[in-house]
Amino acid sequence: MFTIPEFPALQEAVSRATEAEIVQALHSERPGLAGLAALLSPAAEPHLGAMAKRSGAITSQRFGRTIQVYAPVYLSSFCANRCAYCGFSADNIMERRVLTFAEAEREAMILHQRGFNHLLLVSGEAPAKVGVDYLEEIALRLRDRFAALSIEVQPLATEEYARLFRAGITSVAVYQETYDREMYKQVHLGGPKADFDYRLESPSRVAAAGMREVGIGALLGLSDWRAEGLALGLHLAWLRKQYWRTGLTVSFPRMRPAQGEFKPLQPVSERNLSQMIFALRMFDPDVGLYLSTREEARYRDGMIGLGPTRYSAGSCTAPGGYGQEDAGGEQFEVGDSRSLAEVSSAIQKKGFDPVRKDWDAVFQIRGDGQQAA
Amino acid sequence: MLTIAGRKFRSRLFGGTGKFSSPEVMKAALEASGCEMVTVALRRIDLNNPADDIMRVLDRDRYLFLPNTSGARDANEAMRLARLARASGGGEWLKLEVTPDPRTLLPDPIETLKATEILVKEGFKVLPYMNADPILALRLQDVGAVAVMPLGSPIGTNQGVLTRFQIEIIISQAQVPVIVDAGLGAPSHVAEAMEMGADAVLVNTAIAVAGDPVRMARAFAMAVEAGRIAYESGLGAVSKDAAPSSPEDGLGFLR
Repeated sequence: MFTIPEFPALQEAVSRATEAEIVQALHSERPGLAGLAALLSPAAEPHLGAMAKRSGAITSQRFGRTIQVYAPVYLSSFCANRCAYCGFSADNIMERRVLTFAEAEREAMILHQRGFNHLLLVSGEAPAKVGVDYLEEIALRLRDRFAALSIEVQPLATEEYARLFRAGITSVAVYQETYDREMYKQVHLGGPKADFDYRLESPSRVAAAGMREVGIGALLGLSDWRAEGLALGLHLAWLRKQYWRTGLTVSFPRMRPAQGEFKPLQPVSERNLSQMIFALRMFDPDVGLYLSTREEARYRDGMIGLGPTRYSAGSCTAPGGYGQEDAGGEQFEVGDSRSLAEVSSAIQKKGFDPVRKDWDAVFQIRGDGQQAA
Repeated sequence: MLTIAGRKFRSRLFGGTGKFSSPEVMKAALEASGCEMVTVALRRIDLNNPADDIMRVLDRDRYLFLPNTSGARDANEAMRLARLARASGGGEWLKLEVTPDPRTLLPDPIETLKATEILVKEGFKVLPYMNADPILALRLQDVGAVAVMPLGSPIGTNQGVLTRFQIEIIISQAQVPVIVDAGLGAPSHVAEAMEMGADAVLVNTAIAVAGDPVRMARAFAMAVEAGRIAYESGLGAVSKDAAPSSPEDGLGFLR
């Protein structure tokens, strides 16, 4: 079982690096956890340019001059949780909806026509309305038409993840939101999400179920980002050791304006975010790194080639929002509202190939005709 | 001229299609490399779609199309991909890759052998990507692989022929062509592999991510040719002792 050190100990570790330790980490092939802590420290900030260069070189070597593009489909805005920061929080009064199968299919096919081949299916945590049966049916309807289907939904049991894998789901993202146990308590005011440890163990259950890929992340703005970065490194390293067959990714959701007017408790600047991305890239050269449309176009363009390997595009965070422009009920406002064509063009201008297909649904099914377990 | 499964190749450099900045750069680099066999990840292409980014620029008359099963975690997945590729017009040539660890992408020897044996029986011309294990190379040859593709070092690492000792044994024993694959990061690395007697090399990352992929492709092609000529010409033996240029040096006391 993965256990996370107490947050103050992580904060202490990322605060005390010496110049020599930072220089050593910068020049190391594998900086390790001590190196990661040094690269996340305030003392590493003057080295941001060198970190960017190194991160870019590693990314280019491991992933080539390519960036994978995808789009989210929001399935539902119902949520049983009371999270202080989230637009979908049960406390917020808003019109809620869950897409019917036909509506979800229609939303997906709009994205298909726009050129997307990788989809991320997202929902609030409402197992009674968006449970495993629902997700399984959506996967079965879409899996032959898309190269890869990921989900970002409520934590599930191992056997439920296995069932969704058999139905065609390729990867699962479960963000811890914050690895700071005390802060976690303060912002998760009610609902099943208040169980810190069950959420922390979710990536292990995903991997144990045989899922191809598991995504982790911290919601930046809740607690000390430097310590969150070290926690992510610890989690990555632990998952790599326990589940060597599973691909790993990290997302960096920075808090965006949302209904409820929650303000970031500890704001994270673009420089901070960049330092975190570069440090994690140097720590784990093979981890897939997402940079979503939460960030502004200017920043996303600038980061092309420096670390992130996956970009969302043309995103709408309201269920039904692709087919119906005034759908309302979005989870948060996006920072980059450009279309797939526009984002692809920006990627190409930087000398990178926007890859729309880098997986295939047939991987999910065994050669003897039996579905993978 | 190199012959694999009855097909002749003038170039001993095989190319890849991943990691390029655009399909157009890929096309130009492949042309500059002079290669005649090109591997394509089945996970990346849509065989049924002529407008697919890679298929659109890849001239199937010019290059032998070598689909690879990159991403497959076990024999069953690789076999399923291979069959689907053939059914979609991908042909019978197959670079078999079974890499259960997404981080190192090192090949699984047991699953690779299993899949090779079955796919050969189904009529595929299988070129298995393998660790540089001489016994495994023989086993793969025994079950009908048309070539073996031992790694020089892990994929994408540009570390060169770290497995030199084992590859020398593989070359000395093999009855099928030996194509050194993976980790070849510089023209000097491929020259080394070719001087050792490798029949061919496969290079992707080092060309795709070069500052100028087209010129780098040319550099690799020249190095492959230089290494091959050196091998065929017979390299001098390596010795730790100095060899006097005049055989009579030091023998002046003789009458």
